[in-house]
Amino acid sequence: MPIEIPKDKWPGNIRAITIGATSADGGTRAKAVTVGGGTTMPYLQFEAPTPNKPVIAIEIKSRKPEDWSPLLAEFWGEALADPAQWAKKAEETGADLIVLALTVEDGPDDAVKAVKSVLGATGLPLIVWGPGQAEKDNELLVPVSEATKGERLVLGICEDKNYRTIVATAMANGHLVQARAPMDVNLSKQLNILISDMGMPKDRIIMDPTTGALGYGIEYGYSVMERLRLAALQGDAMTQFPMLVTPGFEAWKTKEAKVGEGVPEAWGDWKARAIHWETLTAMSLVESGADIVVLRHPESVKRVKEAIEELMVAA
Amino acid sequence: MALSGIQIYKMLPQTNCKECGFPTCLAFAMKLAAKQVELGTCPYVSEESKKQLAESAAPPIRLITLKSNGTEVRAGNEVVLFRHEKTFFNKPGLFLRVKASDPGIAKKVATADTYKVNYVGMDLTIDGYAIEADGDLPAAVKAVREVTKRPLILVGGDASLLDSSLSLLAGEGTLIYAADSSNCEALADVAKKHKASLVVKAETLEALSDLTQKVQAQGVEDMVLDLGGKNLGEWLKLSTQARRLALKNFRPLGYPTIFFAAQNGTDKEAVYAAQAIAKYAGFVVIDTFAPEMIYPLLVLRENIYTDPQKPIQVQPGVYEINSPKPESPVLVTTNFSITYFAVANEVEGSGLPAWLVVTDAEGMSVLTAWAAGKFDAERIAKAIKGFDVASKVSKKRLVLPGHVAVLSGEVEEELPDWEVRVGPREAVDLPAFMKQALN
Ligand code: SF4
Repeated sequence: MPIEIPKDKWPGNIRAITIGATSADGGTRAKAVTVGGGTTMPYLQFEAPTPNKPVIAIEIKSRKPEDWSPLLAEFWGEALADPAQWAKKAEETGADLIVLALTVEDGPDDAVKAVKSVLGATGLPLIVWGPGQAEKDNELLVPVSEATKGERLVLGICEDKNYRTIVATAMANGHLVQARAPMDVNLSKQLNILISDMGMPKDRIIMDPTTGALGYGIEYGYSVMERLRLAALQGDAMTQFPMLVTPGFEAWKTKEAKVGEGVPEAWGDWKARAIHWETLTAMSLVESGADIVVLRHPESVKRVKEAIEELMVAA
Repeated sequence: MALSGIQIYKMLPQTNCKECGFPTCLAFAMKLAAKQVELGTCPYVSEESKKQLAESAAPPIRLITLKSNGTEVRAGNEVVLFRHEKTFFNKPGLFLRVKASDPGIAKKVATADTYKVNYVGMDLTIDGYAIEADGDLPAAVKAVREVTKRPLILVGGDASLLDSSLSLLAGEGTLIYAADSSNCEALADVAKKHKASLVVKAETLEALSDLTQKVQAQGVEDMVLDLGGKNLGEWLKLSTQARRLALKNFRPLGYPTIFFAAQNGTDKEAVYAAQAIAKYAGFVVIDTFAPEMIYPLLVLRENIYTDPQKPIQVQPGVYEINSPKPESPVLVTTNFSITYFAVANEVEGSGLPAWLVVTDAEGMSVLTAWAAGKFDAERIAKAIKGFDVASKVSKKRLVLPGHVAVLSGEVEEELPDWEVRVGPREAVDLPAFMKQALN
C-alpha cells in the first residue's frame, strides 16, 4: 500500500560559511572549505539534499606535545616536533582543514612563526587556537590575526571571557571566530548574540557548543547539538551557525584512550579501543549535527571520512 | 496516537447517566483522555468502542520482549524522535551472531557470555546470541543452550528447521529471522505455534507494511522490522521514516527494528552499530566478539538511553586517584557525572595523588547544587564524616571548588580540625593549583 512519508518543512536553515581564502579572494589557500547550509536535520536527504558535507580537521600543535598518547606519537612520529611537517602529513592523512593549537610556552613571535610555517606547508584552510587561557589567547591571537590578514582563518577559542579582543581582531583582519560555550543551548546563543552585537558579520561565526567524550558526557553534547540544530531550523537566527566540535581532544584525554596498562581486561586491546573511542565520539556528533570534527588519529580520520561519504549519498 | 476527549466522547453512549461518577459523558471522556480514569468505570461502553479505545491506547511502537529462563531483552515502546524530548526507554539489545556450522560455536558463546564490563558502577553485558542456520541448526541451538541462558535469535528462512529448533526452546521468547514475501506464511505459522517473535523483511517501507499486515492477519502480533538499509545514509533514512510513521500511529510499521552491523564488513561494524544505537534500532546484531569494540558500544548505548531529566550520577563516596597517601589532599565535588569526570580526569592526568570526595548533590553540578541548597557546608561535613575521611589522612586538608568559596567559613565551623582551602573554579586549573598551592 502506498505510504505518505512525513516530511518536515522548516522555516530556517544553517548558514553556509566559508573558511580559508584562495588567491582570488585575497588569501593564499589552495582551496577554501564551505560548511553548513543545511535545511534539514542531519542527512535527511529525502527532505532536502545536504549541501555541504561535514569536514574533518586534524589537530596539530606548535610545539611537541609532551602529554599526548604514545599511540598518537606512533603515527605522527618526528612530525610532532615541527608544525609545518605535521601539517603536511595531516593533509596527506586526509584532513580537510588544519587546527593549529598554540601553547602557553609560545610568545607572540613564536606563534606568528608557527602559523606562517603551517600556511606555507599546506594549502588547506587553517583554524588557530590559543592555549585556552583568556589573556594568553589574546596575547598570541592578535599578532597572528594581524600577520595573516585576509586568510579567513578561524580564530579560537573565543569564549565569554575573551571574545571582545578576538572578535575585534578577527573583524579587522578578515578572519572568522570559533565561539565556544559550555554544552548549553542558551549559553551558545548568548555568546553568538554578544559577538554579533559587536558587528561581526554572521557569515564569520562558527559555533563550538563543546562536547564530552563517549562515556564522559557525550549525551549532553549530543542533545545540545540536536537542540541547536532544531532551533536553527525553526528560524532562530542566533543558532544558525555551523558547529565545530573536538572529539579528538575529548576522547584522547579519557582513561580508555590514554591508558594501556592497569585497566580492566574487559576493556580489550588498547589501540583498537582508543580508536573506537575517538571514532564513536566523533560519529555520534556527526549524527547530531557537527559540521567540523577535529580529530587526532589517522585511523579515526579514515573511518569518520568513510562514514560521512555514506551519509552524503542521497539514498 | 492518543485520542482527544472529543474523539473519545463520540465512542461513549452519550446518555449522561452519571453512573461513572461524572455529570456527563463528555466530562468522563476528558478524564479518559488525560488518563485519569479507567474505561471500565462506565458500564455501558460498546465492545466496538472498547476495542478502538484499547487500540488507540496501545503504544505507537509495540513492545517486543525476547526472553529465556535467564534474562530478557525488551525493545519498542518508544515515544520520541529525539532523546531530549523525553527519553529513549528500551536500550537496543546487543546480540552476537554465531554460525551453526562453526565447530567452536559453544566455546565462542561461552567466552562472550562471561563478558562483563563495569561503567560508573553498572555491569554491562551482551544481551544474547543470533544463531545463523548455515549448518545443523537444532544441534547448534542445543550446544548454545548448554553454555548460555540469554535470549536467542534464530537466523534462517526454513520453516521446518526453525520449527524443530524452536521445539528445543519451549517457554522462551525467541526471535526468528526473517519472513519475506516468499516465506511469510510458513514462518508466521511457526512463530504462532511457538509464540516466537518474527522479523519481517522487505526492500521498501510499502512492501514491509503489506507484509506486517499479512502476518498480523495470520495471528502473529510480535514482529520486528528489517528495514533493509544497505549503508549508513540509507539506514538513517529508513529508520527515521519508520520511526516518524510509527509515532504518528501508523500501525503497520509500529514495531521495533533489527540491524546487522557487519553487513558491509567488520571494519565498519562499530560505526554501523553506533549509528543504529543512536538512530532507533531495537536490536543490533554484531559479528565480532571484541571487548575493545563492545565496551564502547555498551557505553554509547548507556549514554544515549539515559533519561535527560535524570543525568547519570556517580555513586557518592571517596575516590582514590593516583594511589593517594595519608598526606595527599582531599578534594570535594558533587556527584554530577560530568563534574566528577572533569575533576577526576584532570587530577588523574596530572599524576598527582588525591582523595576525591564525591558528595550526594542529587546529580547536580557544583553551581547548580549550591544554588539549590544541595551542596552546602552541612552536606560537605556530613560526607567527610560519613565516609570517615579523617581516618584515611594524616594531614586534614580539604579543597573546596572555587565556585563555592563563600562556603569556606561555614565548612571550617562544621569541620574545626580541618584546614579548608579554596581551589580553582574550573577543573582544568586543578593540576596547577595542586602543584603550587598544596605543597
Ligand atoms: S457511565 Fe458511561 S454513559 Fe453514563 S455518564 Fe458516565 S460515561 Fe456516560
